[in-house]
Amino acid sequence: MNKKMLSLPYLFWCVAFIIIPLIMVFYYGLTDKTGAFTLENIAAIATPEHSKALWFSLLLSLISTVICLLLAYPLAMILSKMQVNQHSFIVLIFILPMWMNFLLRTIAWQTLLEKSGVINTLLDFLHLPALEIINTPYAIVLGMVYNFLPFMVLPIYNSLTKIDNNVINAARDLGADSFKTFTRIILPLSLPGVISGITMVFVPALTTFVISTLLGGSKILLIGNVIEQEFTVTNNWHLGSGLSIVLMIFIIVNMVLSLVFDKEGEGNAL
Amino acid sequence: MKNVLVNLEHISKSYDGQMILDDLNLYIRENEFLTLLGPSGCGKTTTLRILGGFEQPDTGRVVFEDKDITNLPANKRQLNTVFQKYALFTHMNIAENIAFGLKIKNKSKAYIDDKIKYALKLVNLDGYEKRMPDSLSGGQQQRIAIARAIVNEPKLLLLDEPLGALDLKLRQDMQYELIRLKNELGITFIYVTHDQEEALTMSDTIVVMNQGYIQQIGSPERIYNEPENAFVADFIGESNIIGATMITDRLVEILGARFACVDEGFGENKPVDVVIRPEDVELVKPEEGTISGVVSHIIFKGVHYEMEVQANGFEWLVHSTRMFPVGTSVGIKVDPFNIQIMNKPESEDEEATKLDE
Repeated sequence: MNKKMLSLPYLFWCVAFIIIPLIMVFYYGLTDKTGAFTLENIAAIATPEHSKALWFSLLLSLISTVICLLLAYPLAMILSKMQVNQHSFIVLIFILPMWMNFLLRTIAWQTLLEKSGVINTLLDFLHLPALEIINTPYAIVLGMVYNFLPFMVLPIYNSLTKIDNNVINAARDLGADSFKTFTRIILPLSLPGVISGITMVFVPALTTFVISTLLGGSKILLIGNVIEQEFTVTNNWHLGSGLSIVLMIFIIVNMVLSLVFDKEGEGNAL
Repeated sequence: MKNVLVNLEHISKSYDGQMILDDLNLYIRENEFLTLLGPSGCGKTTTLRILGGFEQPDTGRVVFEDKDITNLPANKRQLNTVFQKYALFTHMNIAENIAFGLKIKNKSKAYIDDKIKYALKLVNLDGYEKRMPDSLSGGQQQRIAIARAIVNEPKLLLLDEPLGALDLKLRQDMQYELIRLKNELGITFIYVTHDQEEALTMSDTIVVMNQGYIQQIGSPERIYNEPENAFVADFIGESNIIGATMITDRLVEILGARFACVDEGFGENKPVDVVIRPEDVELVKPEEGTISGVVSHIIFKGVHYEMEVQANGFEWLVHSTRMFPVGTSVGIKVDPFNIQIMNKPESEDEEATKLDE
């Protein structure tokens, strides 16, 4: 049998579930209800409510990405320095929540953060002020960081373990102290992992509507929620597709940037 | 005698309960090319890493120019290391790699540029400033690693099997290159290798190590011609190591035949080991030899023939430019100077006896 035949199922998958839906998004996005060509659905991003949702989404996903990076880098460094038998245990603990359903994890946070939820009951018991962050942007950022942190840790961890120990020793040998060894050697060499991690956190954070629905209440609309509602509530597929195309542009810009920085494709962990 | 630069005093080191170095004592003189030679796991690399500051000894002191540097971190030591697999900084070009140590020391740009030029000239890679390490061959990368180390003008250069990853021809070229560099720079070299030929070619002093102990310290000639025990004899070049009995001073009985030798002071009727290098075994007519045997095997090696001779129950390895076909009866003669007598190890552990200089 021809080896190319083996790729047929994938090719079918690709066409049926990626190419055709994409074409449909572009078709709906670039036409109005009568089927005539229009750019109105794209231009609709400029309306105050849509652009506000977009900027807010960009802001929250940027903040989440930065927090993830600040948390993930030290963690990845600690992991990469551990003995193999130790670190596999830590990695397991770290990966374990990911085996749980994404929705379930987020709903669990809802229960934890609620006004009379687990955390506040505990704080009340300790006579500490209540934590009122449910239905605020803080809760959304918390949910994003919690859900996407592993996607930042793994590529950074991967690129850190690839650094030859003797390269670090060589830097020390040439007179660099720990700080200079980190800034001039370790950080630049792990940059591909960092960039890959940024993409893998930023893109899903930008497009999510589940986290904002569950933890942000119905008051805070992210661009993901706006698009979702155009499809499920308003039933305006044309507008929803148009806004999706706009969002896609931001994602493509992010991807291109990461490709430019990560020429060798080293950081592609997953 | 030149000044002592480094002194290792009573160094011990173990990993996970396994002894790597046991009470090692060694000094290195200024401007010496000293080689730590031994099979893998003998502790030679650990010794080097302790010198470099990448490893702390469990006990003992490292004294550098009369100062105790045992607890000094690697970045504060006045020495540099050339690592086994080059360990170049792949995100920097060649000039940046070489400049790394100098920039850390805040040298002026003009000084650094001069040094880069000088170092690249020294390792015969002028004009490579803007190249990236990945675009260089193994030999070139190794030379850059050396250049990166020597621009810092260390008093001591540590080399951890730097030629291990290179092919034979390149390795030989680099050996001469290293000797030249050492003579031009006047730096003390400590070189780690498991390759006995490399050690013999380059060193002023060879330290043969096994199982965490120093087996013998001496000049290449001394190590080769007068191995102190069977391990050294076996590790350095090919040899016939035969159990024998020292009858009296200057007379040894090997495989039932008495040979004249030059060694004294072993006592009478004492069991010993003798080492006879294959090129020192003379093949003569059967009646002229001290013992006689039959050629059992012969291979042409270019410079000489390698033959095996069965005589008195031992298979003698012989190198000779004269050819004796398989089946020829021959006599074996050995010049008294070429019989090296060694004390027999008293137990299994004695194989690794510490031999203080």
